Amino acid sequence: MPEPLDAVKGFAVTFKQLFKKPITQQYPEYKRPVYPRFRGRHRLHRHENGLEKCVGCSLCAAACPADCIRVVADENTPENRVSAGERYARIYEINMSRCIFCGYCELACPFDAITLGNEYELSEYSREDQIYTKDMLLAPPIKRIPVADPDLYDTPIPYYKEHS
Amino acid sequence: MTEPWWIALIEALVIINLVMAAFAYTTWLERKLLGRLQNRYGPNRAGPFGLLQPIADLIKLVRKESFFPSAAIEVPYILAPALAVFTALAAFAVIPFGAGWTISGYHVNGVVADVPIGLILIFALGSVGVYGAIVGGWASESKYSLLGSMRTCAQLVSYEVSLALSVLGVVLMGQSLNLSAIVDKQGETIWFIAPQFVGFVVFFIGMIAETARPPFDLPEADTELVAGYHTEYSGMRWGLFQTAEYINLITLSALAVTLFFAGWHGPWAPLGPLWFFIKLFLFVAVAIWIRASVPRLRYDQLMRFGWKVLLPVATVNALVTALLVVWID
Repeated sequence: MPEPLDAVKGFAVTFKQLFKKPITQQYPEYKRPVYPRFRGRHRLHRHENGLEKCVGCSLCAAACPADCIRVVADENTPENRVSAGERYARIYEINMSRCIFCGYCELACPFDAITLGNEYELSEYSREDQIYTKDMLLAPPIKRIPVADPDLYDTPIPYYKEHS
Repeated sequence: MTEPWWIALIEALVIINLVMAAFAYTTWLERKLLGRLQNRYGPNRAGPFGLLQPIADLIKLVRKESFFPSAAIEVPYILAPALAVFTALAAFAVIPFGAGWTISGYHVNGVVADVPIGLILIFALGSVGVYGAIVGGWASESKYSLLGSMRTCAQLVSYEVSLALSVLGVVLMGQSLNLSAIVDKQGETIWFIAPQFVGFVVFFIGMIAETARPPFDLPEADTELVAGYHTEYSGMRWGLFQTAEYINLITLSALAVTLFFAGWHGPWAPLGPLWFFIKLFLFVAVAIWIRASVPRLRYDQLMRFGWKVLLPVATVNALVTALLVVWID
Protein backbone atom coordinates (compact mmCIF):
# COMPACT_ATOMS: atom_id res chain seq x y z
CA MET A 1 0.00 0.00 0.00
CA PRO A 2 1.26 3.51 -0.74
CA GLU A 3 2.04 5.60 2.31
CA PRO A 4 0.38 9.02 1.92
CA LEU A 5 2.42 10.55 4.74
CA ASP A 6 5.71 9.59 3.13
CA ALA A 7 4.67 11.29 -0.09
CA VAL A 8 4.09 14.53 1.83
CA LYS A 9 7.51 14.14 3.48
CA GLY A 10 9.08 14.16 0.03
CA PHE A 11 7.52 17.54 -0.68
CA ALA A 12 8.98 18.87 2.58
CA VAL A 13 12.42 17.64 1.57
CA THR A 14 12.37 19.44 -1.77
CA PHE A 15 10.84 22.57 -0.22
CA LYS A 16 13.67 22.82 2.33
CA GLN A 17 16.20 23.01 -0.50
CA LEU A 18 14.73 26.39 -1.53
CA PHE A 19 16.33 28.06 1.47
CA LYS A 20 19.76 26.51 1.09
CA LYS A 21 22.57 27.96 -0.91
CA PRO A 22 23.01 25.86 -4.07
CA ILE A 23 26.08 23.67 -4.00
CA THR A 24 26.85 24.36 -7.65
CA GLN A 25 30.43 25.46 -8.32
CA GLN A 26 30.32 28.22 -10.93
CA TYR A 27 33.11 26.84 -13.08
CA PRO A 28 34.74 29.50 -15.23
CA GLU A 29 34.74 31.92 -12.28
CA TYR A 30 35.64 29.35 -9.67
CA LYS A 31 38.11 26.61 -10.45
CA ARG A 32 38.07 23.75 -8.01
CA PRO A 33 41.64 22.85 -6.98
CA VAL A 34 42.79 19.64 -8.61
CA TYR A 35 44.42 16.82 -6.68
CA PRO A 36 48.22 16.94 -6.54
CA ARG A 37 48.44 13.79 -8.63
CA PHE A 38 45.96 15.02 -11.24
CA ARG A 39 47.18 14.19 -14.76
CA GLY A 40 46.73 17.06 -17.20
CA ARG A 41 48.70 18.78 -19.96
CA HIS A 42 52.23 17.46 -20.55
CA ARG A 43 55.44 19.34 -19.84
CA LEU A 44 58.97 18.81 -21.07
CA HIS A 45 61.76 19.67 -18.66
CA ARG A 46 65.28 21.09 -18.77
CA HIS A 47 68.31 20.57 -16.60
CA GLU A 48 69.47 23.45 -14.40
CA ASN A 49 72.11 24.33 -17.00
CA GLY A 50 69.44 24.83 -19.64
CA LEU A 51 69.94 21.61 -21.61
CA GLU A 52 66.86 19.55 -22.40
CA LYS A 53 66.37 16.37 -20.45
CA CYS A 54 64.84 14.60 -23.46
CA VAL A 55 67.34 12.55 -25.42
CA GLY A 56 64.94 11.54 -28.18
CA CYS A 57 64.82 7.83 -27.28
CA SER A 58 61.12 7.50 -28.29
CA LEU A 59 60.31 5.24 -25.33
CA CYS A 60 57.38 7.51 -24.51
CA ALA A 61 56.04 7.08 -28.04
CA ALA A 62 56.43 3.31 -27.69
CA ALA A 63 54.61 3.29 -24.36
CA CYS A 64 51.77 5.50 -25.55
CA PRO A 65 48.57 3.43 -25.94
CA ALA A 66 46.88 6.18 -27.93
CA ASP A 67 49.86 6.58 -30.25
CA CYS A 68 49.75 10.34 -29.92
CA ILE A 69 53.47 11.14 -29.46
CA ARG A 70 55.78 11.71 -32.39
CA VAL A 71 59.53 11.96 -31.79
CA VAL A 72 62.18 12.56 -34.47
CA ALA A 73 65.65 12.40 -32.97
CA ASP A 74 68.85 14.05 -34.19
CA GLU A 75 72.54 13.98 -33.17
CA ASN A 76 73.91 16.61 -30.84
CA THR A 77 76.95 18.37 -32.30
CA PRO A 78 79.50 20.50 -30.43
CA GLU A 79 78.14 23.64 -32.18
CA ASN A 80 74.52 22.76 -31.54
CA ARG A 81 74.16 21.04 -28.17
CA VAL A 82 70.48 20.77 -27.21
CA SER A 83 70.25 17.93 -24.74
CA ALA A 84 72.52 16.37 -22.15
CA GLY A 85 72.70 13.05 -23.97
CA GLU A 86 74.11 11.91 -27.30
CA ARG A 87 70.96 12.67 -29.25
CA TYR A 88 68.08 15.10 -28.81
CA ALA A 89 64.47 15.35 -30.02
CA ARG A 90 64.44 17.50 -33.14
CA ILE A 91 60.67 17.13 -33.35
CA TYR A 92 58.58 16.33 -30.30
CA GLU A 93 54.81 16.53 -30.86
CA ILE A 94 51.86 15.39 -28.80
CA ASN A 95 48.43 15.20 -30.41
CA MET A 96 46.26 16.33 -27.50
CA SER A 97 43.04 15.31 -29.22
CA ARG A 98 44.22 11.68 -29.06
CA CYS A 99 45.96 11.70 -25.68
CA ILE A 100 44.09 9.81 -22.97
CA PHE A 101 46.20 11.22 -20.10
CA CYS A 102 47.17 7.78 -18.83
CA GLY A 103 50.67 8.93 -17.77
CA TYR A 104 52.50 5.96 -19.33
CA CYS A 105 54.87 8.37 -21.10
CA GLU A 106 56.18 9.77 -17.85
CA LEU A 107 56.56 6.26 -16.46
CA ALA A 108 58.47 5.16 -19.55
CA CYS A 109 60.82 8.13 -19.66
CA PRO A 110 64.31 7.16 -18.36
CA PHE A 111 65.31 10.81 -17.75
CA ASP A 112 62.08 12.22 -16.25
CA ALA A 113 62.01 14.57 -19.22
CA ILE A 114 58.23 14.42 -19.67
CA THR A 115 55.68 14.71 -16.90
CA LEU A 116 51.98 15.38 -16.83
CA GLY A 117 51.07 18.76 -15.35
CA ASN A 118 47.81 19.90 -13.75
CA GLU A 119 46.33 21.97 -16.56
CA TYR A 120 43.09 20.64 -18.05
CA GLU A 121 41.69 23.56 -20.06
CA LEU A 122 42.86 22.33 -23.45
CA SER A 123 40.06 23.38 -25.80
CA GLU A 124 40.97 24.75 -29.20
CA TYR A 125 38.95 25.80 -32.23
CA SER A 126 40.70 23.48 -34.69
CA ARG A 127 42.32 20.06 -34.66
CA GLU A 128 45.60 21.46 -35.92
CA ASP A 129 45.85 23.55 -32.77
CA GLN A 130 45.54 20.40 -30.69
CA ILE A 131 49.00 19.25 -31.79
CA TYR A 132 51.45 20.58 -29.19
CA THR A 133 54.97 21.17 -30.40
CA LYS A 134 58.18 20.88 -28.41
CA ASP A 135 58.39 24.65 -27.82
CA MET A 136 54.89 24.69 -26.35
CA LEU A 137 55.66 21.76 -24.09
CA LEU A 138 58.96 23.23 -22.92
CA ALA A 139 57.48 26.65 -22.11
CA PRO A 140 55.73 27.11 -18.77
CA PRO A 141 51.96 26.65 -19.21
CA ILE A 142 49.95 29.81 -19.85
CA LYS A 143 46.95 28.85 -17.78
CA ARG A 144 47.60 28.07 -14.15
CA ILE A 145 45.34 25.66 -12.31
CA PRO A 146 44.97 25.78 -8.52
CA VAL A 147 46.27 22.63 -6.88
CA ALA A 148 44.95 21.34 -3.60
CA ASP A 149 47.25 21.21 -0.59
CA PRO A 150 49.22 17.94 -0.89
CA ASP A 151 49.18 17.57 2.92
CA LEU A 152 45.43 17.10 2.78
CA TYR A 153 45.81 13.89 0.80
CA ASP A 154 47.68 10.93 2.22
CA THR A 155 48.50 9.31 -1.13
CA PRO A 156 52.26 9.65 -1.64
CA ILE A 157 53.39 11.80 -4.51
CA PRO A 158 55.42 9.63 -6.91
CA TYR A 159 59.13 10.31 -6.91
CA TYR A 160 59.18 11.33 -10.55
CA LYS A 161 56.81 14.18 -9.79
CA GLU A 162 58.76 15.34 -6.79
CA HIS A 163 62.12 15.31 -8.56
CA SER A 164 61.17 16.74 -11.90
CA MET B 1 -22.71 44.15 -22.13
CA THR B 2 -21.37 43.81 -25.61
CA GLU B 3 -18.23 45.35 -26.94
CA PRO B 4 -17.39 46.47 -30.50
CA TRP B 5 -15.73 43.77 -32.58
CA TRP B 6 -12.50 45.70 -33.01
CA ILE B 7 -12.02 45.96 -29.24
CA ALA B 8 -12.44 42.19 -29.02
CA LEU B 9 -9.84 41.81 -31.75
CA ILE B 10 -7.31 44.02 -29.97
CA GLU B 11 -8.04 42.25 -26.70
CA ALA B 12 -7.48 38.84 -28.35
CA LEU B 13 -4.16 40.04 -29.79
CA VAL B 14 -3.00 41.33 -26.40
CA ILE B 15 -4.05 38.15 -24.60
CA ILE B 16 -2.37 35.86 -27.14
CA ASN B 17 0.88 37.76 -26.75
CA LEU B 18 0.55 37.80 -22.96
CA VAL B 19 -0.03 34.05 -22.91
CA MET B 20 2.97 33.46 -25.19
CA ALA B 21 5.12 35.65 -22.94
CA ALA B 22 3.76 33.82 -19.90
CA PHE B 23 4.67 30.54 -21.59
CA ALA B 24 8.22 31.72 -22.28
CA TYR B 25 8.73 32.76 -18.70
CA THR B 26 7.03 29.64 -17.38
CA THR B 27 9.87 27.68 -18.94
CA TRP B 28 12.32 30.05 -17.26
CA LEU B 29 10.49 29.77 -13.93
CA GLU B 30 10.37 26.00 -14.23
CA ARG B 31 14.08 25.64 -14.83
CA LYS B 32 14.98 28.21 -12.20
CA LEU B 33 12.64 26.92 -9.51
CA LEU B 34 13.38 23.29 -10.32
CA GLY B 35 17.05 24.13 -9.95
CA ARG B 36 16.59 25.71 -6.54
CA LEU B 37 14.40 22.82 -5.39
CA GLN B 38 17.25 20.50 -6.37
CA ASN B 39 19.92 22.65 -4.69
CA ARG B 40 21.39 24.10 -7.89
CA TYR B 41 21.10 27.44 -9.69
CA GLY B 42 19.32 26.73 -12.96
CA PRO B 43 20.00 29.01 -15.94
CA ASN B 44 22.01 32.06 -14.81
CA ARG B 45 24.25 32.88 -17.77
CA ALA B 46 21.96 34.46 -20.39
CA GLY B 47 21.26 37.91 -18.99
CA PRO B 48 20.67 38.78 -15.32
CA PHE B 49 19.31 35.72 -13.48
CA GLY B 50 19.16 33.94 -16.84
CA LEU B 51 16.18 36.07 -17.84
CA LEU B 52 17.16 36.00 -21.53
CA GLN B 53 17.24 32.18 -21.55
CA PRO B 54 13.77 31.76 -23.19
CA ILE B 55 14.80 34.13 -25.98
CA ALA B 56 18.08 32.28 -26.46
CA ASP B 57 16.16 29.00 -26.58
CA LEU B 58 13.76 30.42 -29.16
CA ILE B 59 16.61 31.59 -31.40
CA LYS B 60 18.29 28.22 -31.05
CA LEU B 61 15.11 26.30 -31.91
CA VAL B 62 14.25 28.49 -34.90
CA ARG B 63 17.76 28.22 -36.35
CA LYS B 64 17.99 24.48 -35.76
CA GLU B 65 17.42 22.14 -38.68
CA SER B 66 13.83 20.91 -38.69
CA PHE B 67 14.52 17.28 -39.44
CA PHE B 68 11.92 15.71 -41.72
CA PRO B 69 11.69 11.90 -41.89
CA SER B 70 11.58 10.82 -45.54
CA ALA B 71 8.69 8.43 -44.85
CA ALA B 72 6.61 11.01 -43.00
CA ILE B 73 3.19 11.98 -44.35
CA GLU B 74 3.86 15.58 -45.15
CA VAL B 75 0.72 17.62 -44.47
CA PRO B 76 -0.39 16.07 -41.17
CA TYR B 77 3.23 15.93 -40.00
CA ILE B 78 3.53 19.70 -40.34
CA LEU B 79 -0.02 20.49 -39.22
CA ALA B 80 0.02 18.43 -36.00
CA PRO B 81 2.20 20.79 -33.89
CA ALA B 82 0.33 23.81 -35.21
CA LEU B 83 -2.97 22.19 -34.26
CA ALA B 84 -1.70 21.47 -30.76
CA VAL B 85 -0.65 25.10 -30.24
CA PHE B 86 -3.81 26.48 -31.79
CA THR B 87 -6.17 24.55 -29.53
CA ALA B 88 -4.07 25.36 -26.47
CA LEU B 89 -4.12 29.08 -27.25
CA ALA B 90 -7.77 29.18 -28.28
CA ALA B 91 -8.88 27.59 -25.03
CA PHE B 92 -7.56 30.58 -23.10
CA ALA B 93 -10.05 32.86 -24.87
CA VAL B 94 -12.95 31.92 -22.59
CA ILE B 95 -11.07 32.40 -19.30
CA PRO B 96 -12.29 35.53 -17.49
CA PHE B 97 -9.48 37.57 -15.99
CA GLY B 98 -11.26 40.73 -14.86
CA ALA B 99 -14.61 42.38 -14.22
CA GLY B 100 -14.57 44.41 -17.41
CA TRP B 101 -13.79 48.09 -17.73
CA THR B 102 -15.13 51.18 -19.47
CA ILE B 103 -12.35 53.02 -21.25
CA SER B 104 -13.35 56.38 -22.83
CA GLY B 105 -16.91 55.34 -23.45
CA TYR B 106 -16.17 51.87 -24.79
CA HIS B 107 -16.87 48.77 -22.77
CA VAL B 108 -14.06 46.24 -22.55
CA ASN B 109 -14.94 42.75 -21.36
CA GLY B 110 -12.79 40.93 -18.84
CA VAL B 111 -12.74 37.93 -21.17
CA VAL B 112 -11.83 37.59 -24.84
CA ALA B 113 -14.89 35.54 -25.83
CA ASP B 114 -17.80 35.43 -23.38
CA VAL B 115 -19.17 32.09 -24.55
CA PRO B 116 -22.28 30.79 -22.72
CA ILE B 117 -20.83 27.26 -22.75
CA GLY B 118 -17.22 28.26 -22.09
CA LEU B 119 -16.48 25.25 -19.92
CA ILE B 120 -17.61 22.78 -22.57
CA LEU B 121 -15.64 24.72 -25.18
CA ILE B 122 -12.44 24.33 -23.16
CA PHE B 123 -12.89 20.58 -22.85
CA ALA B 124 -13.82 20.31 -26.53
CA LEU B 125 -10.67 22.19 -27.54
CA GLY B 126 -8.64 20.02 -25.18
CA SER B 127 -9.99 16.92 -26.90
CA VAL B 128 -9.15 18.34 -30.32
CA GLY B 129 -5.67 19.10 -29.01
CA VAL B 130 -5.16 15.38 -28.40
CA TYR B 131 -5.31 15.01 -32.20
CA GLY B 132 -2.02 16.89 -32.31
CA ALA B 133 -0.41 14.02 -30.43
CA ILE B 134 -2.25 11.27 -32.38
CA VAL B 135 -1.64 12.74 -35.83
CA GLY B 136 1.91 13.84 -35.04
CA GLY B 137 2.89 10.36 -33.91
CA TRP B 138 1.13 8.60 -36.77
CA ALA B 139 2.33 10.92 -39.53
CA SER B 140 5.96 10.50 -38.45
CA GLU B 141 5.88 6.93 -39.84
CA SER B 142 8.05 5.67 -37.01
CA LYS B 143 7.10 2.83 -34.72
CA TYR B 144 8.40 4.67 -31.65
CA SER B 145 6.33 7.73 -32.48
CA LEU B 146 3.25 5.61 -33.14
CA LEU B 147 3.59 3.68 -29.88
CA GLY B 148 4.30 6.92 -28.05
CA SER B 149 1.23 8.60 -29.49
CA MET B 150 -0.93 5.62 -28.54
CA ARG B 151 0.40 5.78 -24.99
CA THR B 152 -0.19 9.53 -24.88
CA CYS B 153 -3.72 9.28 -26.20
CA ALA B 154 -4.68 6.53 -23.78
CA GLN B 155 -3.48 8.71 -20.91
CA LEU B 156 -5.03 11.96 -22.10
CA VAL B 157 -8.37 10.39 -22.97
CA SER B 158 -8.73 8.53 -19.67
CA TYR B 159 -7.82 11.52 -17.50
CA GLU B 160 -10.05 13.82 -19.52
CA VAL B 161 -13.06 11.83 -18.31
CA SER B 162 -12.18 12.42 -14.65
CA LEU B 163 -11.30 16.03 -15.38
CA ALA B 164 -14.68 16.75 -16.96
CA LEU B 165 -16.57 14.88 -14.22
CA SER B 166 -14.71 16.68 -11.43
CA VAL B 167 -15.97 20.09 -12.55
CA LEU B 168 -19.58 18.87 -12.66
CA GLY B 169 -19.95 19.80 -8.99
CA VAL B 170 -18.85 23.35 -9.73
CA VAL B 171 -21.28 23.58 -12.62
CA LEU B 172 -24.12 22.37 -10.38
CA MET B 173 -23.26 24.92 -7.70
CA GLY B 174 -22.57 27.78 -10.08
CA GLN B 175 -25.67 26.80 -12.11
CA SER B 176 -24.00 27.85 -15.33
CA LEU B 177 -21.47 26.72 -17.91
CA ASN B 178 -20.39 30.31 -18.45
CA LEU B 179 -17.09 30.89 -16.68
CA SER B 180 -17.81 34.56 -15.98
CA ALA B 181 -21.07 33.58 -14.29
CA ILE B 182 -19.27 30.94 -12.20
CA VAL B 183 -16.69 33.54 -11.09
CA ASP B 184 -19.42 36.03 -10.22
CA LYS B 185 -21.27 33.40 -8.20
CA GLN B 186 -18.10 32.72 -6.21
CA GLY B 187 -17.61 36.44 -5.64
CA GLU B 188 -21.12 36.64 -4.15
CA THR B 189 -20.94 33.46 -2.04
CA ILE B 190 -17.76 31.52 -1.23
CA TRP B 191 -14.86 30.15 -3.23
CA PHE B 192 -15.85 26.73 -4.55
CA ILE B 193 -12.63 25.18 -3.21
CA ALA B 194 -14.38 24.90 0.20
CA PRO B 195 -17.52 22.94 -0.78
CA GLN B 196 -15.87 21.25 -3.76
CA PHE B 197 -12.57 20.21 -2.18
CA VAL B 198 -12.79 16.63 -3.48
CA GLY B 199 -13.64 17.93 -6.92
CA PHE B 200 -10.65 20.24 -6.76
CA VAL B 201 -8.24 17.44 -5.81
CA VAL B 202 -9.51 15.28 -8.69
CA PHE B 203 -9.33 18.25 -11.06
CA PHE B 204 -5.79 19.09 -9.98
CA ILE B 205 -4.53 15.52 -10.45
CA GLY B 206 -6.34 15.30 -13.79
CA MET B 207 -4.85 18.62 -14.80
CA ILE B 208 -1.31 17.45 -14.06
CA ALA B 209 -2.00 14.29 -16.11
CA GLU B 210 -3.61 16.24 -18.97
CA THR B 211 -0.59 18.48 -19.30
CA ALA B 212 1.69 15.42 -19.23
CA ARG B 213 3.74 16.70 -16.33
CA PRO B 214 5.50 14.54 -13.74
CA PRO B 215 4.45 12.23 -12.13
CA PHE B 216 2.25 11.60 -15.19
CA ASP B 217 4.81 12.49 -17.87
CA LEU B 218 4.58 9.10 -19.59
CA PRO B 219 4.15 10.78 -23.02
CA GLU B 220 7.66 12.17 -22.70
CA ALA B 221 9.35 10.01 -20.02
CA ASP B 222 12.69 11.54 -20.92
CA THR B 223 14.75 9.36 -18.62
CA GLU B 224 13.56 5.94 -19.79
CA LEU B 225 12.11 6.15 -23.33
CA VAL B 226 12.72 7.93 -26.58
CA ALA B 227 10.48 10.96 -26.30
CA GLY B 228 7.15 9.45 -27.48
CA TYR B 229 4.87 11.01 -30.06
CA HIS B 230 7.33 13.83 -30.83
CA THR B 231 10.34 11.54 -31.32
CA GLU B 232 10.72 12.50 -34.97
CA TYR B 233 10.23 16.21 -34.43
CA SER B 234 13.05 18.69 -34.03
CA GLY B 235 13.64 22.40 -34.21
CA MET B 236 10.67 24.70 -33.86
CA ARG B 237 8.15 21.95 -34.71
CA TRP B 238 9.23 20.22 -31.53
CA GLY B 239 9.19 23.64 -29.89
CA LEU B 240 5.53 24.02 -30.86
CA PHE B 241 4.65 20.77 -29.09
CA GLN B 242 6.44 22.03 -25.99
CA THR B 243 4.64 25.36 -26.34
CA ALA B 244 1.31 23.55 -26.48
CA GLU B 245 2.19 21.56 -23.39
CA TYR B 246 3.09 24.63 -21.35
CA ILE B 247 0.14 26.69 -22.60
CA ASN B 248 -2.12 23.78 -21.67
CA LEU B 249 -0.65 23.95 -18.18
CA ILE B 250 -1.30 27.69 -18.02
CA THR B 251 -4.83 27.34 -19.41
CA LEU B 252 -5.81 24.51 -17.11
CA SER B 253 -4.28 26.34 -14.13
CA ALA B 254 -6.32 29.37 -15.15
CA LEU B 255 -9.39 27.14 -15.36
CA ALA B 256 -8.70 25.79 -11.86
CA VAL B 257 -8.33 29.34 -10.58
CA THR B 258 -11.58 30.29 -12.29
CA LEU B 259 -13.60 27.30 -11.10
CA PHE B 260 -12.32 26.83 -7.56
CA PHE B 261 -10.54 30.04 -6.50
CA ALA B 262 -12.99 32.71 -7.72
CA GLY B 263 -10.86 33.89 -10.64
CA TRP B 264 -10.08 37.58 -10.35
CA HIS B 265 -11.84 38.03 -6.99
CA GLY B 266 -9.36 38.46 -4.16
CA PRO B 267 -9.77 37.99 -0.43
CA TRP B 268 -8.94 41.62 0.43
CA ALA B 269 -8.13 44.28 -2.12
CA PRO B 270 -10.03 44.52 -5.43
CA LEU B 271 -6.96 44.08 -7.60
CA GLY B 272 -8.79 42.31 -10.43
CA PRO B 273 -6.43 40.74 -13.00
CA LEU B 274 -3.52 40.92 -10.53
CA TRP B 275 -5.27 38.48 -8.20
CA PHE B 276 -5.86 36.22 -11.17
CA PHE B 277 -2.20 36.42 -12.07
CA ILE B 278 -1.02 35.73 -8.51
CA LYS B 279 -3.21 32.63 -8.23
CA LEU B 280 -2.08 31.44 -11.66
CA PHE B 281 1.55 31.87 -10.64
CA LEU B 282 0.98 29.85 -7.46
CA PHE B 283 -0.62 27.04 -9.46
CA VAL B 284 2.28 26.86 -11.89
CA ALA B 285 4.77 26.98 -9.01
CA VAL B 286 3.01 24.07 -7.28
CA ALA B 287 3.08 22.07 -10.52
CA ILE B 288 6.85 22.64 -10.69
CA TRP B 289 7.21 21.68 -7.03
CA ILE B 290 5.38 18.41 -7.74
CA ARG B 291 7.74 17.75 -10.62
CA ALA B 292 10.71 18.16 -8.29
CA SER B 293 9.26 15.85 -5.63
CA VAL B 294 7.49 12.85 -7.14
CA PRO B 295 8.85 10.00 -9.25
CA ARG B 296 7.10 8.96 -12.45
CA LEU B 297 4.28 6.40 -12.34
CA ARG B 298 4.46 3.11 -14.15
CA TYR B 299 2.08 2.84 -17.09
CA ASP B 300 -0.25 0.29 -15.44
CA GLN B 301 -0.29 2.37 -12.25
CA LEU B 302 -1.23 5.38 -14.33
CA MET B 303 -4.19 3.67 -15.98
CA ARG B 304 -5.33 1.95 -12.78
CA PHE B 305 -5.22 5.23 -10.85
CA GLY B 306 -7.14 7.06 -13.55
CA TRP B 307 -9.97 4.57 -14.00
CA LYS B 308 -10.22 2.87 -10.60
CA VAL B 309 -9.57 5.78 -8.21
CA LEU B 310 -10.02 9.13 -9.89
CA LEU B 311 -13.11 8.33 -11.97
CA PRO B 312 -15.21 6.79 -9.12
CA VAL B 313 -14.25 9.62 -6.77
CA ALA B 314 -15.23 12.22 -9.35
CA THR B 315 -18.53 10.44 -10.05
CA VAL B 316 -19.46 10.13 -6.38
CA ASN B 317 -18.52 13.77 -5.85
CA ALA B 318 -20.78 14.88 -8.68
CA LEU B 319 -23.67 12.71 -7.41
CA VAL B 320 -23.37 13.93 -3.81
CA THR B 321 -23.17 17.55 -4.97
CA ALA B 322 -26.26 17.08 -7.13
CA LEU B 323 -28.19 15.56 -4.21
CA LEU B 324 -27.13 18.37 -1.84
CA VAL B 325 -27.99 21.09 -4.34
CA VAL B 326 -31.47 19.61 -4.85
CA TRP B 327 -31.94 19.07 -1.11
CA ILE B 328 -30.91 22.65 -0.15
CA ASP B 329 -33.18 24.11 -2.83
